[in-house]
Amino acid sequence: MTPWLMTGLLFTPLAWAVLTLLVDFSNGRVVTCLGILVQVLVSLGLWAAVARDGGFHYLLGGWQAPLGIELRVDGLAVTFVLLTALVAAACGWHASIYLDPTKSWHRYFWPLFWFLWAGLNVVWLGGDLFNLYVGLELISLAAVGLVALGGQADALRAAIRYLMAALLGSLAYLLGVALIYGQFGTLSLAGVTGLLNDGGVQAGQAFPLVLMLLGLALKTALFPMHGWLPPAHGIAKSPVSALLSALVVKASFYIAARLWLELGEHLSGYALAQLIGALGGIAVTWGGWLAFRQLKLKQMVAYSTVAQIGYLFLLFPLTWGVTDAISQQAQQGITLQVISHALAKAAMFLAAGNLIMSVGSNRVGALAGVSRFLPFSLFSFGLAGVSLMGLPPTGGFAAKWLLLQASLASGQWWWLAVLLAGGLLSAACVFRVYRASFIDNTDTDRFFHPPKSLEVIPMLLALLSLGLGLVAEPVLSVMAVPFEAGRSQ
Amino acid sequence: MTLSTLMPVFALMTSLLASVIIFALPENSHWLRTVINLTAAGLKMALVGVMIWGVAQGREYEIAFTMIPGVEFVLRADALSMLFAGLSALLWLLTTIYAVGYLEDSPNRSRFFGFFSLCVASTMGIALAGNLFTFFLFYEMLTLSTYPLVVHRGTEKALRAGRNYAIYTLTGGAVLLLAIAWLHGLAGDLRFQEGGHFAGVDPSLHTPLIIIFVLLITGLGVKAALVPLHGWLPQAMVAPAPVSALLHAVAVVKAGAFGIVRVVFEVYGLEAANDLGLLTGLGMVAAFTIIYGSTRALYQVDLKRLLAFSTVSQVSYIVLGVCLFGSVGVAGGLVHLVHQGIMKITLFFCAGNYAETLGVHRIDELDGAGKRMPGTSVAFTLGAFGMIGAPPLAGFITKWTMGTGALAAGMDWVVVVLVISSLLNAAYFLPILHRLWFAEQQQCWPLERRWGQLETSAWLFLPPLITAVLIVLVGLLANMPFSPLSWAELIVAREVAL
Repeated sequence: MTPWLMTGLLFTPLAWAVLTLLVDFSNGRVVTCLGILVQVLVSLGLWAAVARDGGFHYLLGGWQAPLGIELRVDGLAVTFVLLTALVAAACGWHASIYLDPTKSWHRYFWPLFWFLWAGLNVVWLGGDLFNLYVGLELISLAAVGLVALGGQADALRAAIRYLMAALLGSLAYLLGVALIYGQFGTLSLAGVTGLLNDGGVQAGQAFPLVLMLLGLALKTALFPMHGWLPPAHGIAKSPVSALLSALVVKASFYIAARLWLELGEHLSGYALAQLIGALGGIAVTWGGWLAFRQLKLKQMVAYSTVAQIGYLFLLFPLTWGVTDAISQQAQQGITLQVISHALAKAAMFLAAGNLIMSVGSNRVGALAGVSRFLPFSLFSFGLAGVSLMGLPPTGGFAAKWLLLQASLASGQWWWLAVLLAGGLLSAACVFRVYRASFIDNTDTDRFFHPPKSLEVIPMLLALLSLGLGLVAEPVLSVMAVPFEAGRSQ
Repeated sequence: MTLSTLMPVFALMTSLLASVIIFALPENSHWLRTVINLTAAGLKMALVGVMIWGVAQGREYEIAFTMIPGVEFVLRADALSMLFAGLSALLWLLTTIYAVGYLEDSPNRSRFFGFFSLCVASTMGIALAGNLFTFFLFYEMLTLSTYPLVVHRGTEKALRAGRNYAIYTLTGGAVLLLAIAWLHGLAGDLRFQEGGHFAGVDPSLHTPLIIIFVLLITGLGVKAALVPLHGWLPQAMVAPAPVSALLHAVAVVKAGAFGIVRVVFEVYGLEAANDLGLLTGLGMVAAFTIIYGSTRALYQVDLKRLLAFSTVSQVSYIVLGVCLFGSVGVAGGLVHLVHQGIMKITLFFCAGNYAETLGVHRIDELDGAGKRMPGTSVAFTLGAFGMIGAPPLAGFITKWTMGTGALAAGMDWVVVVLVISSLLNAAYFLPILHRLWFAEQQQCWPLERRWGQLETSAWLFLPPLITAVLIVLVGLLANMPFSPLSWAELIVAREVAL
């Protein structure tokens, strides 16, 4: 059953991508919703299967390494598969109402959307370094296309910039992969780790790993390589921004994290781990500050992504040279941060899109009176903000708590300052929006009221992100389901 | 999962669900909203009443589940939590009645009452929290749910006050989180436990424990308005009167004070805190706050601002009481949690009545208001005399118990503080009473409104009268069972065996 589900996860979106590319469903909400439904059900099925039976290993078509496509799924991967399904379904649903079907570019959204989803699943499930590369490229190209959608000069400029960064990142990563292949003779991540553990191969220099991490960090927009992100995420259509911030940047980070956890202990040192962590810390504070300074709502949300991504890179120092318990705590914290940020940021972008649609302006200052006449969208925005601030009982708080504990336990107290300052900076941003929206300068409702379903979607995502904190324990227990090398089909 | 484990959840849910329903209701369904509000408040009173009865019989209501690995979410009803929960349930009902009248014909009522209920749910959670982690959860929820109430009017002044409130409380929250996380790393998940956890603790832990204590008190002191962390409070009085009443009497400042009580009694333990030398320092800060708040109150011309500074001073009685190392004095501090709540809410209700009925905000405009609004003015007078500490009112019970406790503990300087503070209280309240009752009305009221026979709207009129009667009753009946004082003594008997 599980191999079918895994292949289904890859081929359903590809099939829908081709279908929507070939046929112009000008009013194809039914087709879209059907595809989304299938994907969500398959993702849920795989999640349930892994939660019950444990991790899996599968060679597509029976081809052996190093030629074949190796898929593997463990608790972590399946959690991300499910997360992707939830967020993509919400964004797709939102887009099917939000995007104007009379525009000529409308039909290109769907193929790109499905290619993106396929690419994401390849990354979560891919077992060897080259497949991961293919997944990354699929994601990048689809994402760039989505940013360019609509074709205004600003959007094209941002898309080109994004494309450059993405290609450069891929190149660095590919070079690293080639070096690894030259050194170890295998592309399978498990194979490389196995060789290193056996001690059969000399653990060479850190160079290939650093190269790969550099490329991935560029794609994840780690400070100081974040310049491409705010324009791209800020200018894209809201459902696209939501997809990009919630999922796309997480894909490259996921690969970086996998590499680090499998190879970092062997191929790098304390200084590298601390350096990456420091860049993350600067991203949190500097990105948070820039977000606070933005005058435009979506730019603010985009800069907040730069800051939130910074937290993720604390994984590197907090898992290097520490005990297993601390490392596990840090990993759990980072994973929760990935999930809660994905849900909250998607909610925030969608809510911001609704607010912008209602007031007819992207400026934060234009929100006066929103609290009185559009409380629902503002409430979604606010709830998502609570999670980003890391206040209880949200998933963001659970993540922060675990990271605080890991920092304290490993004696790296300097990350405490980052965690606390980052929370306050996010709070400053969100409260700026509240403040603007509470100004009561009009008694007449001059706002456009978006359709109810558009307002409900961000609220659902925000509530999921809130609820994650309350059920963090069971979610984490599924995440901890290991990949068992012995089980394969 | 029996009924008794679920009681705390029900108590929490009454206001949480009320909040959700109210948010969902359309803005103009005022009657339905009022009915839901009052039903929920009444239901909560009943639930808390049942739990108080049960706790007095020695029963405990507790529910817990693991939220994050290593951390539990615990709701528990014990004697101390019932002190705060009882106050909060009672005053929620009265303040809701008052707010319905106060906000008649004003916009954004759905938002107001939604967050209002959320705010009360947070205080309930704070009261029932069974460990520091759960406490923190609701403590931050309180910050978020009160912000929209503070900025409710949407004016420039309200927004500025809201910004300061957010900066103070969120920073305080961050400090508190740091302290809680550190303590958790040091000692694991600590349930609140009578007698505390750190009696006779390993000397190597003394330094971190002292630093953590200072951090905890700093984080909690922001909401408890300990000087110099009190800056947000006088500004926040720009909020509508029911909000100020709730903020000053139950919700925010009390949450801070209650947290300090929990930390001293049930995390560190009174004896351990004393051995570590922490109580003296905390007592000094509290004493300074008492004097400072009263002194600043002397110079205010705005009635609500005066009351705000008076709150700064009065809340620290609770903290000072906790630092009195002896069972009598501690009971005095605890009982003030309730007494200050009842007295301060009366005063704020009355201030709101003067503002709504006569348009009076400044103290010098109050001349002759006693003749125009005798009922409200009687209530105000009782509240003021209570604050000064005139027998047999609530404030007297507090001061008497604390004074005797201080003498028993050999801390004579506390008595001096109490006397000075009472003199200062008299110095700023008596001139107001003089204006109310004995001065002639000089000019027309700035903005007078009339409601038929009564001196003001019935919704506004009844709540202060009820609380004023309570001020007298808790004083007169202090030795009856289930009076706040008896309950405080019950807590102390369970907490400390000194």
